[in-house]
Order: sequence, then structure tokens, then C-alpha cells
Amino acid sequence: MASIVFIIISGAVFFFAFKAFREVYQNIQLGKSFDSSGKPSERWRDVLLIAFGQKKMFDRPIAAFFHLFIYLAFLFTQVELIEIFIDGIFGTHRFLAHYLGVFYDVIIGFIEVLSLLALVATVIFLARRNLLRLPRFTKSELLGWPQQDANIILLGEILLVFGIFTMNGADHLLQNLQPEHYPQVALPISHITGPILFGGLDVSTLQIIERLGWWQHVLVVFGFMIYLPYSKHLHIFLAFPNVYFRPERSRGEMENIPTITAEVKSMFGLGPEPAVTDEIPVFGANDIFSLSKKNLLDAYTCTECGRCTSVCPANLTGKKLSPRKIMMDVRDRATEVGKKMRTSSKAEKSEPFSDGKSLFDYISREEIRACTSCNACVEACPVLINPLDIILQLRRYEVLTESQTAEAWTPMFTSLENQGCVWQVPQERDAWIHS
Amino acid sequence: MIRTMSEWAGSDAQPEVLYWVGCAGSYDARAQKVAKSFCAILEKAGIRFAILGQEEKCTGDPARRAGNEFVFQMLALQNIETLNAYNVKTIVTACPHCFNTLKNEYPALGGNYEVMHHTQYLNQLFSTGKIKISGGAFKGKKITYHDSCYLGRVNGEYEAPRALIEALDADLHEMKRSKANGLCCGAGGAQMFKEDEPGDKRINLERAEEALESGAKVIAANCPWCITMLTDGLKAMDKQDEVMVYDLSEMIIQNI
Ligand code: SF4
Ligand code: SF4
Repeated sequence: MASIVFIIISGAVFFFAFKAFREVYQNIQLGKSFDSSGKPSERWRDVLLIAFGQKKMFDRPIAAFFHLFIYLAFLFTQVELIEIFIDGIFGTHRFLAHYLGVFYDVIIGFIEVLSLLALVATVIFLARRNLLRLPRFTKSELLGWPQQDANIILLGEILLVFGIFTMNGADHLLQNLQPEHYPQVALPISHITGPILFGGLDVSTLQIIERLGWWQHVLVVFGFMIYLPYSKHLHIFLAFPNVYFRPERSRGEMENIPTITAEVKSMFGLGPEPAVTDEIPVFGANDIFSLSKKNLLDAYTCTECGRCTSVCPANLTGKKLSPRKIMMDVRDRATEVGKKMRTSSKAEKSEPFSDGKSLFDYISREEIRACTSCNACVEACPVLINPLDIILQLRRYEVLTESQTAEAWTPMFTSLENQGCVWQVPQERDAWIHS
Repeated sequence: MIRTMSEWAGSDAQPEVLYWVGCAGSYDARAQKVAKSFCAILEKAGIRFAILGQEEKCTGDPARRAGNEFVFQMLALQNIETLNAYNVKTIVTACPHCFNTLKNEYPALGGNYEVMHHTQYLNQLFSTGKIKISGGAFKGKKITYHDSCYLGRVNGEYEAPRALIEALDADLHEMKRSKANGLCCGAGGAQMFKEDEPGDKRINLERAEEALESGAKVIAANCPWCITMLTDGLKAMDKQDEVMVYDLSEMIIQNI
């Protein structure tokens, strides 16, 4: 009976989770393709160091340690999850205990210790957001849903850990009462907490408690699987591909626009006339279609930690620009467009998508014009997200496609074009030698 | 004597290195002093160097970062034509923005050179014994160093300028935010050429305050725009007579 319920629930969970993950994937695919050349070996090394090894997290060691507990608990629990599925489907109990021997004790022991540490970390993280109210967690772009999202995940983690300790605590007592059904497993935390919590209860009550803990654990995991694709928590998966697909270009190099090179070359008589087309060229980006898939992957990977914003000189001095908000806006827009496209009619689907909106309905001119291109946000992001790249593409769209720009930049462009200098200058470029 | 590439072209000898002056070095009174100091050091070290003079144009960095790719490419392609015509191999520049664009962005357009920032070049001259730096005026003095974004965070050069400060025997006091965490002066991304967007404070003031907090009486910099920004920040606090902002080449020419 329990097996059937388990199979039905997990089937439904997989169905919905798969659908939601596929939608995220489709949304990312709406972007332009990007350069993913470069040695795979070097890319894998970065995945190991930065995503798996959390290297950049340790630029802020205290937060990194607590985050590491949650992360390691998550990694190790995957082993337990395999067992949960086996047990759930076949109605077995601690199936792997019979096969892994001492190794099983080690893994389960690790999970117990890490779960406790993760619990401590989770409580601290909740306090940091809701009691200490660290500036990077209370900026305007986080008000409302993003703050709730963070709290939901943290509360979910607490429920999960409680599930584990309820299950293990009862299990520990049952190991002595019914050794034939409950294999002996060393539980470093629960052998203390079990008797405190449930000592003296009879076998059948303990069995119910054990099952309740087990189901709580399972259901929270299932909840996460469905919830993740709608949450900033997606970074637990996407951090890996996002690091793998890091750009090959140096930080200092903006991507070239070859059609402009060709046009300018022909203007100077250095190259052939570019072929004439009817299309009005679009340069830069104004929507997710003109951003790259990597930009969109960045947006879905962003965990809204705000490390970027907390070092942004513009944001620190009270400007509207927040690199984190840029990432959140791109993600929201991608989700919006994806949803509209999936629900549009056949006739609409045959036309290029348009809903009369663009990224500029999310991101204001004032924001993108405040950026000093200092790369502090790029340096700060633990999962190699690049908000600056998006800002600069939006600026390109403004100038090249819309012929708009900050007022003071127009005379600068004019002097650059006419005199080859940022200022309107009266004298020769080498007059300084003689002054 | 400072000679241009076209003046060298007439003689038998060829310059070893091209000094890229940039818009600031060419026209801004403060940055001109830096340019002169740097040239004076090159002369002392007996380096054969040239400038492009009239043939130099802005590298295009501010145009590109403001979004005007068209103007950027116009400037870049003209510069590359000129540089390639003179068969230039090595470029040194006292501006980290020129440095970055020449080094990282010109190759995609057909301009491939060995590009050095002047602090890297000076450090090389120093470590190979071509110039001798003595303690002198800055010996034991409290100095702080401002990492420019485009030399530091973008191109990863934190050590060469610090090695020069050590050679000056100065007492380096780092600011709270330095190296990879260094705070921008506020000029990059073409902000130099417009007002800050609305906010609570100018970025250069934030950085100048931090420099003051370090307790140093001298701020060593490596970028003409940072120098302007920090000087303006100090002025806003009326500290311009107490704390000086220098380019490293100016500090070295005093103590060579
Ligand atoms: S590059 Fe722009 S967005 Fe990023 S930290 Fe610097 S000013 Fe802020
Ligand atoms: S872009 Fe990176 S640093 Fe910024 S909020 Fe997202 S994950 Fe954090």
C-alpha cells in the first residue's frame, strides 16, 4: 500500500518537475548562441574548483563555511536519496545497509553530522536575513517575493533536517527493540537525541514516528524538486553548467561586432562593400532574444546573494543600478516571454514573438548609464555570472539601434569621431612635448 | 628629446618601444605632467622610444563602453592601420584603459602587439637594473595605493606597482578595499565624461574618503582618470593641500 502511494506521488513529482525544468531549458534556448570554444579540460577544472569546490565563495570565509555545511549535507544526502527511492518502491528498510557494511555507517554518520551543522547554518542564514537584516539582503529589488523565496527554502531545509532526525531517532530505538527489522547502524547524533526525544515509547508508536519522519523527509525533497525551477535556488544545479560555459574572452574584452568592423573597413577603403540587405540591423540587446544563451543561463543561475551589488560602486553611492537586479530582471523577462510563447496560438507562433515589451520595461536607462564597467560585480560573483556584459549590450542597443544616449556622451562621440579625442581640442595632439 | 614615429622613420635606428600617450596624457594638464615624467625616466634609462604624435587617436575605450561600437571601430581600425604601418611591436602606456583596449581588444581587429602598462614597464626597468630607485623623498612616508580597475581587477596586475612603492622605501598603507576588492574611482565606463547618475554621493568622494582613512599623506595611482577623480574628491573635502595624488612615474622621477 505504502509502496503504491509512494510510486504514484513520485511519478507525479517527476512529471511536474520535468515539465518545469524543461521550461527553464526552453527559456534559456531563446537566447543567441555563444562562443563555447576553449579547452574542455580547462573548463572542467574550473567546474571542479569553482562550482564543486566553491573556491570563490571563500572570498567571504564565514558565510562560505556555513554555506559549505548546507552544500555538503546536500551532496551526501544524494546517496541516502537513492536508498529512499529503493525503500519507497520495494517497501524495504535501509536497503543499502545490507550491502555497504561499514561504508554505510560512515555515510549515514556523515549525513547526520552535516545535517546538524546545516541546521545551525540555516538558522544563522534566516537570522541574517530577517533579524540582522544585512544590507545586501534588504535592498529594494529583494522586497516581496524574492525575500519570501529565500525564507521558504531555508524553512524547507529546517523541515528536512527535522524529518531526518525524527526518522533516525526513532530508528535508533527500534534497532534495539526489533533488531530483525531494523539493521544496526551507528547514528552519531541520533543515538543521543533519539532516547531524549522518544525514549520509553512503545514499538508501534516508534514505528509510526519513524514513518512520519521518513515521509516528511521525502515530501520535503519532492517539494524542492518541484519548487526549484521557480526559485533562485536553481543555482544548486545550474552553477555547474554556468561555470563550464564561462566565456573564453578576457574580462577586458567586449565582444566584437563583425558587421560593424566590415562596414567601417569599407568606409575607410580597407575592405569590400558589405552586401546590402533589407533588414534594419539590430545591434546590442533590448530583449532576451538578442542576449546570449549564456546571459540567460547566468540569469537562471543567479542565487540573488547580492555579493555583486554589495561591491558595486554605483549602488554603494545610492544610484539605482544594482547588478543583482539586472540578473533578476533578465530572468523574470525570460520567464515571462517563455510563458507567453508556450500559451500563444498557432497563428501567433508563426510570427516573430512580440508583446510590445522589452527588457527596457524592466531595466531603466538610468540604471545602465550608472555603470563604471569596473568589473567588481564580475569579480564578486561566486558562480561566474557577468551582469556587466548585459549592461554593456543594453548600452549598445541604446546608442546603435535607438540612437539614444546620455546627454553628455553625445558631444564626446562627436569629438571622438571628428578629432579622435574624447574632448573638443584646439591644439595638436603632441603640443604637450613643447609646453 | 621626445620623437614621433614619423621622425624616427627617417633615421637608421629604430625605437624599441612605442609610448602610447592617450587623450589624457596629450591634453589634460595634470596628465601631461605624468607623460613628461614618464618620458624623462625613459630618457634616463636610455630607452629608444617614440610616440605617434598627431597620428595617435583615442583608443576608443570610452566610446565602446558607452555603447558606441561604430565610433570605437573607426578609431581602433585607424590606430591599427597606423601601428601596423610602422610595424610596432611593443607598446607601453600610462593609461590602464588604453592598456586594456590595446592589449585585449585590438587583437580581434588585427592589431597584435606586446602591450605593457607603464608600471609594469618601470618595474621591469627597475628589476633589470636599467633604472635605480632610491628612497629619497618618500622614504618611510605613509603612502596608500589605489588599484585602477583596468590594471587590477580586469588585467590582474597588482604587484608591479607595489614593487615600485617598495623600491621607493615608502610605508605602504593599504586601503580597506584593495587589489581585487579595490573600489573604482568612478571614472570608468565613460562616466568620466558625464555627471554621476542621481544618487547619494559621488563615487570619487567615497574613494577619496577611504584613502584619507588609511592615514596616508600620498595616494599613489596609475591612471590619469583616477588621478583626476581622487584629486576632485579631496578637493570636495578641502584636503587637497594635505594629501597629494601622484602617478607612480612622478614619484620615481623624483628619486631616480
Ligand atoms: S561593472 Fe557596473 S554593475 Fe558591475 S560593479 Fe561595476 S559599476 Fe556596478
Ligand atoms: S549575480 Fe552572482 S553575486 Fe550577484 S546576486 Fe547573482 S549569484 Fe550573487
